[in-house]
Amino acid sequence: MVCGVFSSRGQPTGHGGPVFPESGVIYVPGCPLLAQPVPAGFPSPATDYVETRLSLDEHLIEQEEATFFVRVQGNSMVGFGIHDGDLLVVDRSREPADRSVVIAVVDGQFMVKQVCRGPKGVLLRSSGPGHGDIFVGADQELSVWGVVRWAIHKVV
Amino acid sequence: MPIALIDGNNFYVSCERVFNPTLENRPVVVLSNNDGCAVARSNEVKALGVKMGTPWFQMKDLARKHGIIALSSNYALYADMSNRMMSVLARYSPDQEIYSIDECFLGFDGFSNYDLEAHAREMRWQVRQWVGIPVCVGIAETKTLAKLANHCAKKSLAGEEGVCDFTRLSVSERSALFATIEVGEVWGIGPRMSRQLADRGIRTVEALRRADPKAIRREFSVVVERTVMELNGVPCLSLEEVAPAKQQIMSSRSFGNNVYDLEPLKEAVASYVATAAEKLRGQGSVAGMIQVYVRTNPHKENAPQYSKGLTIPLPDPSDDTLYLTRVALWGLRRVYRSGFAYQKAGVVLMNLTDAANQQASLFGAHRNNDRVMAVMDCVNAIWGRGTLRSAATGISKSWAMRRERMSPRYTTEWDQLPVAI
Repeated sequence: MVCGVFSSRGQPTGHGGPVFPESGVIYVPGCPLLAQPVPAGFPSPATDYVETRLSLDEHLIEQEEATFFVRVQGNSMVGFGIHDGDLLVVDRSREPADRSVVIAVVDGQFMVKQVCRGPKGVLLRSSGPGHGDIFVGADQELSVWGVVRWAIHKVV
Repeated sequence: MPIALIDGNNFYVSCERVFNPTLENRPVVVLSNNDGCAVARSNEVKALGVKMGTPWFQMKDLARKHGIIALSSNYALYADMSNRMMSVLARYSPDQEIYSIDECFLGFDGFSNYDLEAHAREMRWQVRQWVGIPVCVGIAETKTLAKLANHCAKKSLAGEEGVCDFTRLSVSERSALFATIEVGEVWGIGPRMSRQLADRGIRTVEALRRADPKAIRREFSVVVERTVMELNGVPCLSLEEVAPAKQQIMSSRSFGNNVYDLEPLKEAVASYVATAAEKLRGQGSVAGMIQVYVRTNPHKENAPQYSKGLTIPLPDPSDDTLYLTRVALWGLRRVYRSGFAYQKAGVVLMNLTDAANQQASLFGAHRNNDRVMAVMDCVNAIWGRGTLRSAATGISKSWAMRRERMSPRYTTEWDQLPVAI
């Protein structure tokens, strides 16, 4: 049986799981093992201690239905450790608190900003060279799309 | 038992607006496959008098004048947003029937101590906040009434803030309200039935509610009789929490451009078989018959017309994409005639039975590739439809749909995520 896993672009995918050629079984991550070869030798002493492997989804996502991923473009928030190209995990189920980093909608555009509440309104703060803050008066509507929970930054 | 019907307002348009706030307060239509006709309209477009199903080319003048924004349907996005919406709503009752991509019923058995209107307002708020989709809620004693209550909520005929609870209305209030609604708004009463009812003097919902069910059954059908009963608060339609397995599965589509040759037709048919067979396995059925058909564009009256289908019984019921593809392509070669501009092809899987209790065939020659199919479905679920496919579906897909105005797949593709600056 042929066991290559190829993407629609014709390239072997990086995440193709291990292949067991002798059994003709493809292990597909996230799917139950389709047919596990059962060895007849000594049973593993660790069988009773098997725990579920750690999952990043579980770690990063609190409310699945309300969580969306957003890509950062530009360096307006480098001061907060958010860089160009980073992946943001955005949770719409949370109410933005004072000092929350949020996705705000300004003139129809998604912006990453920090919410700072003041007596006269809300200041949407940036933290990057050449990026100013935006003041939203108490009489204006502030549109917060979601609260940024994590910024995932690729190293190198 | 009170029942709620929750339904997303202009669902496809609302999905687009979540990720593209510039569409807010502007006239937006979503077009069907091949950018054909309007399948979703924003309120602004409805106000311009554009009807559901209006072809895009007929709207172009109006679009230019009023700045209507037209988008191709982005089904990957709508399906994901629908799943999110449905699973938020599922938190509000243990009994949920998902009726379509944008609507579901919730049953409230044992909720007698609940303020259902407050419950409904809360779910409405939560879907809006979490998923971004505005919904309306109708509550009543039967599914047909819940549908009607939802209509009233949407059109602000009764209730407030997108929630309408018929159980709060007195008998006389209901009668007065129903007398103002045309009978065609009732679930299951289509335009033709409306005309037939109007011929008998039944023009409003109230008139239908007061009709004699027995007489209605004699003159029309048991289905309309049930509708009358349901309008009177007698439940005849139960909540179906698990959708019944489909009796036949169709997969067909109009081509982006006309197709003349057998080769691209074969690719298209093989792709449709793959889609249909995946659904077939998803519901745990096998097909006993497969139909394949092709046709030219019947609206081009001066072009030569041809339309032909062939139904092929299978000696062994099967859910194997490879086997079904072979049979369908055999059928296609028999119905294909050269010299026509084909506009559409399709396959229908029929005589579906439960895969678990298959009868062994007398000839038993064909063996299903169960494990190959399981791997194929797994791989395609993870890396996207069509990642692993039969070579017969082709690579170039010159026949594929036109979707020129499609928005990014914001929630299902890493390279198409929404961008924030």
